[in-house]
Amino acid sequence: MKPRHRKLAIIVSGVSALGIAAALVLNAFESNMVFFFSPSQVAANEAPRGKSFRIGGLVEEGSIKRQSDGVTVNFVVTDTAKVIPVVYTGILPDLFKEGKGVVAQGKLSADGVFRADEVLAKHDENYMPPEAAGALEQARIQKTVMTQ
Amino acid sequence: MIPELGNFALILALLLALTQGTLPIIGAARGIPSWIALARPVVQGQFVFLAIAFGCLAYSFVNNDFSVMNVARNSNSELPIQYRIAASWGSHEGSLLLWVFMLSAWSVAVSVFSRHLPDEMVARVLGVMGLVSVGFILFLLVTSNPFDRLLPAALEGSDLNPLLQDPGMVIHPPMLYMGYVGFSVAFAFAIAALLSGQMDAAWARWSRPWTTVAWVFLTIGIMLGSWWAYYELGWGGWWFWDPVENASFLPWLVGTALVHSLAVTEKRGSFKSWTVLLAICAFSLSLLGTFLVRSGVLTSVHAFATDPARGIFILAFLVIVIGSSLLLFAWRAPKVGLGGKFDLVSRESMLLANNLLLMVAAGSVLLGTLYPLIMDSLDLGKISVGPPYFEAVFVPLMTPAIFLMGLGPLARWKQASLPELMLRLRWAFGVSVVTALLMPFVMGEWKPLVSFGLLLAFWIIATIFVSIRQRLHNSGQGGLFTKLARQSRSYYSMHLAHLGIAVFIIGVTLVNGYETEKDVRMEIGSTVTMGGYTFRFNGASPVSGPNYQAMRGDIDVLRNGEKIRVMQPEKRTYNASGMAMTEPAIDTGFLRDLYVAMGEPLEDGAWVVRVYHKPFVDWIWFGCLLMAFGGILAVTDRRYRLKVHNKHAENATVADDKRVASNPPRLSTGGKKA
Repeated sequence: MKPRHRKLAIIVSGVSALGIAAALVLNAFESNMVFFFSPSQVAANEAPRGKSFRIGGLVEEGSIKRQSDGVTVNFVVTDTAKVIPVVYTGILPDLFKEGKGVVAQGKLSADGVFRADEVLAKHDENYMPPEAAGALEQARIQKTVMTQ
Repeated sequence: MIPELGNFALILALLLALTQGTLPIIGAARGIPSWIALARPVVQGQFVFLAIAFGCLAYSFVNNDFSVMNVARNSNSELPIQYRIAASWGSHEGSLLLWVFMLSAWSVAVSVFSRHLPDEMVARVLGVMGLVSVGFILFLLVTSNPFDRLLPAALEGSDLNPLLQDPGMVIHPPMLYMGYVGFSVAFAFAIAALLSGQMDAAWARWSRPWTTVAWVFLTIGIMLGSWWAYYELGWGGWWFWDPVENASFLPWLVGTALVHSLAVTEKRGSFKSWTVLLAICAFSLSLLGTFLVRSGVLTSVHAFATDPARGIFILAFLVIVIGSSLLLFAWRAPKVGLGGKFDLVSRESMLLANNLLLMVAAGSVLLGTLYPLIMDSLDLGKISVGPPYFEAVFVPLMTPAIFLMGLGPLARWKQASLPELMLRLRWAFGVSVVTALLMPFVMGEWKPLVSFGLLLAFWIIATIFVSIRQRLHNSGQGGLFTKLARQSRSYYSMHLAHLGIAVFIIGVTLVNGYETEKDVRMEIGSTVTMGGYTFRFNGASPVSGPNYQAMRGDIDVLRNGEKIRVMQPEKRTYNASGMAMTEPAIDTGFLRDLYVAMGEPLEDGAWVVRVYHKPFVDWIWFGCLLMAFGGILAVTDRRYRLKVHNKHAENATVADDKRVASNPPRLSTGGKKA
């Protein structure tokens, strides 16, 4: 091979390697993005079936019920307009409390119950998960629009 | 009075930083010796005033001066003294003061250990660091003054976040910041090289130890953070791909690329522009990391809306620093030159490939970290990118990098022969494949991913052996130990750091492959068995700490019916903030950790308890320590210690490098036509 051809070979292989890497990254990015839906959006059937997504809002007062095995917990997430029943098996975060903000990731089952495989509540008493805050804000705006 | 003194010291430091950032650089450009000579004393003066400012803040914390807003928000009179001191860097304001204080400490170190450098170069390097310092001190004074008063004074502080009340968290931020700030030295050296247009092997030799030290601090800082998350968050995980973690991992990835690229620039004179670009990137990402974590933008992008001054300042500062250095790079890099040529198969080309892989990895982490923030700030919807993305991207990107890690040290500079390398490494490859296939059976169950991970790790270890054996074979007469002693520290340092990667991979692979986790309801006297250990719950009893109340569980660990350990995890409630905290109990071992955390109380003294059996998990952090030791060994290499006394030798090597660089090229990989 002439040096010129070799140089070309290097450039071509380098560019194609970068291309493959970029394709790999973007593909993984595309398939692992998790979208967020508020309880109102879920109620309006905007959320996907059979695909993982996040919900957020407040844990409704008096809604936490522990099943007899001690580790499965039912609770209700609300954005003050609509509610979603949630079931989760495992230990809840320290800051998970009724009336406080929460974000959960999981899938919606056919019976309308959200099966969470992850419950997030951040480590600060006054901290409201931004998604949850956003959901509450949206619901408030909706209500004002409707009453007008 | 003390806080005002601190504020005044901060203002004086700003004035000195302004002087440091302007006069020496102009002096170096115009050839004014008296301005050049200003650099060192001004740096030291700035350090003194920043030390006073930081001391004043620490004093206010130690003495519970709740008339200072920062103290009132982040401390409490019940807080033990060591955490009151640590609280001075627990907040946004305090941590930025620590950042700029460390910057001045690094500057002083440069001013002291640079006696053998040309004065003009030192003036430029310190000048650039001065400009960075100006930005930070201005930011503190204008938007985030740690000495702001609270009127009327609070009677009691609202306490330091209980998660931060931990020895690991006392040293984690300073270590991390030492790393972040340390890259400013590499950055300043790079900018100085662009300004002067001079960049030779000697330049790389000067900036290399500084970069390595920064990289060591960053490695230890990230390791401490990961370890802290493991034992303090109560989830048993050691890395979550959280934006806060990614922010520290980004400069590490680029810094690792930089360390390797600098090695090529020093030894071969190649990769010059690339090295400069990496130095700029590493520091830019350090800045980005500091601001991402400390500005509150991660908590909510709308935090900026409530305090626009901070956000605008930060964005402007990032744009100025990154933009101006990239502009300077575009303008001056052609002058710096590309350096020596090398063949398609050579140690240089392998290092270049490794560098590219590290940069692509860094780019993918950056994408996953920033994209959700950008989407949210543009109101295009809320998304999150979790661990599955990062894992899907990282493993395929790092696999070829690790394969090259085994090849690189054995390949010759400039031109290597692939068939010869294959011949030399056939045993290493065979041994690693066989061991990787068989090892999982020892662990009890064969899993393809475990075998794959182990293959990477054993490949590194096997190639290290081959490399050392070959090196000894080629190093003349003498017994084994004489030959071993003859090798340089920098040679061993490389292998030690690479071994650290192998140990890290073994830890990650085995803990992912074989860990067991159970969340169980445990009544008093009930047991749960996992990994050959039986855990017996004896109930929980109340205990009180200095500033918290807790329920402490009492769990016996039995092996073959014999009691080997008592584990006492706690569920704490902190008095001042009312925050609940899980304090797990961990039994650390060479081959496994046992991990128990208290969940929630149930009726009749029963509790939900989380029990983990984690094989080889400590190898993860041990691997990071090996990498850090490797870095420390590298900077204690003879050539750095002798350099001060032996300027002759250095000049000779530089000449040598130049001669190599001017050899007739076989192949040009750069833009310049040979």
